[in-house]
Amino acid sequence: MSVDLILGILQIVLIATTPLVFAGIGELVTEKSGVLNLGVEGMMLVGAVTAFVTLVITGSYFFAFFISLLSGVVMSGLFAFLVLFLMSNQIATGLALTIFGIGLSSMLGKEYIGTPINGLSPWFFVIFSFVIVFLVSYFFYKTKMGLILRAVGESHNSAHALGYSVIKIRFLSILFGGSMCALAGSYISICYAPMWQEGMTAGRGWIALALVVFATWKPERVLIGAYIFGGVTILQMNLQALGLRFPGQFFSMAPYLATIVVLVLISSNRLRIKLSAPASLTLPFYKGR
Amino acid sequence: MSNFLPTIVSRSQSSNIMNFFVPIIAIVLTLITGSIIFLLLGFDPLYALYTFFISPISSSYGISELLVKATPLALIAIGLAFCFKNNIYNIGAEGQLTMGAIFGGGIGILFHDTNTFWLLPLMIIAGAIGGALWGLIPALLKTKFNTNEILTSLMLVYVALFILDFLVVGPWKDPHGFSFPKSRAFSDSGRMPLLFDGLRVHFGLIITLFLIFISWFVFSKTMLGFQLKVSGFSPKAARYAGFNQTTLIFLAFGICGAFAGIAGLSEVSGPIGLLYRDISPNYGFTAIIVAFLGRLHPLGIIFASLIIALTYLGAEDAQLFLQIPSAVGFIFQGLVLFYLLGAELLINYKLSFKRT
Repeated sequence: MSVDLILGILQIVLIATTPLVFAGIGELVTEKSGVLNLGVEGMMLVGAVTAFVTLVITGSYFFAFFISLLSGVVMSGLFAFLVLFLMSNQIATGLALTIFGIGLSSMLGKEYIGTPINGLSPWFFVIFSFVIVFLVSYFFYKTKMGLILRAVGESHNSAHALGYSVIKIRFLSILFGGSMCALAGSYISICYAPMWQEGMTAGRGWIALALVVFATWKPERVLIGAYIFGGVTILQMNLQALGLRFPGQFFSMAPYLATIVVLVLISSNRLRIKLSAPASLTLPFYKGR
Repeated sequence: MSNFLPTIVSRSQSSNIMNFFVPIIAIVLTLITGSIIFLLLGFDPLYALYTFFISPISSSYGISELLVKATPLALIAIGLAFCFKNNIYNIGAEGQLTMGAIFGGGIGILFHDTNTFWLLPLMIIAGAIGGALWGLIPALLKTKFNTNEILTSLMLVYVALFILDFLVVGPWKDPHGFSFPKSRAFSDSGRMPLLFDGLRVHFGLIITLFLIFISWFVFSKTMLGFQLKVSGFSPKAARYAGFNQTTLIFLAFGICGAFAGIAGLSEVSGPIGLLYRDISPNYGFTAIIVAFLGRLHPLGIIFASLIIALTYLGAEDAQLFLQIPSAVGFIFQGLVLFYLLGAELLINYKLSFKRT
């Protein structure tokens, strides 16, 4: 193993893991405020396609990312409206968001499958993914707003009694989560792939949801988890490329199986999950009269 | 004095009338939104809606195709009802369907040159076992290791699809198939009998209706149905009454998996006739919408499966005649679920325009 090879693999792992970090940290913030959004996969796909299509039409990377983030805000805003104002079931609404996102993205991207684009260098985003994790961590544990957000996620009734607007804080957390998912999607279609293909996020949104559990709702641990998954993914790709006498499909399963194994290892400690999960997660908030 | 914006007031008791009207409100709102989407795409909305929702079922062939699509949707959805009633979120029915197709289809491939009466029953049983086994994995992980069943059941969808892919390009590939990724065709006795000559609607429909009837019986007449319902409403009350939650989780996942497995088998032994990669256009996921739209009620699920099946057919026609991408069908499915979930508010709350 030469140093170059190791550096090369490290580079690929960094590039492949970055979208998981974005989506994971976005969902973490949403869940910390007490809302579970299962629409990650759908928001990533719509983020990916809007960025790609905007880039093809305008040729501007800035507009591509801008429109993509906007799509994340709109998609998660729709979700927020349903779960916060209409108090709909968060799990079902998140699923609806994913199904809707799969449909919307494949409709918007129909004409653009296989359109070539000039990919953007991923390194700015790779660095930004580390920065955003530490910013979120700082926000949660060193600022008053972060404390309030966590309080809303732990006990919305107490936070409400103290005079904080539960709905507003949750709304903003959901929008942050949505824009991070869209960023993850646009990174995949513009930097990582770079191309558009139906369902191209290939379950990364669901893995991001698993990451939050893995991280026991602590921001820095999202990084650790994401790099384990990123490492497994790249490892299986390389082993497949080596042409071992072993069917490729079994390597392709590896990231999904690894997710299950990791979830089992983390969740089997019931007390830890109970203590780390935001206590109000998935509970609707009704002010009453 | 009245407010411009209504305020939301809690009902003292959830409204049964609304329980019935909510799906209808959702469908009407979806049609209105659909017309607006068609208008924005530059089509005459009435003509587009006609192409989408009326013309696909204006012939006996169309009705038969509708039933072909509704069959797996309804069967999976009634299975999901066993889970959802108890707030168990099995969203991996697509994987359980795939596993059922693999197990049942495997038998079909093994006996591809045999023509006997017991082949199809054996395939159906194998399909049910395959789906149930795949469904029991998340149940085991949930009860034993406290693992979130949403994520594990979903991950297993990908695993099942890779296994199917491996089989049809590897060991089960048709030796005379010119290296296409597909298996041998099943023998005639391994195929679902057709109900009418020249139409594709098959015996799977009868199986589905039978299992829906059984499920209705379980839900409304048996202790198990009562336990599922109580556990869903109040886990604490269920614990207090001594209901064993672990058993309920295993049962719900096992039944749902078996139903999805039979649905998968009846797809491959019905319209398809062999195994290949794309055996299901996301039936396992779409059935989630059917289950919610049907309000987890057997009759409701039958109606909902017909409506959602229509979005599949309509999307194909819209692509053919209007050049609207067929993905618009999925958009309708997502929309109807959004509206449904939003309108559910009206069951437990009412809107008040009075100033309080």
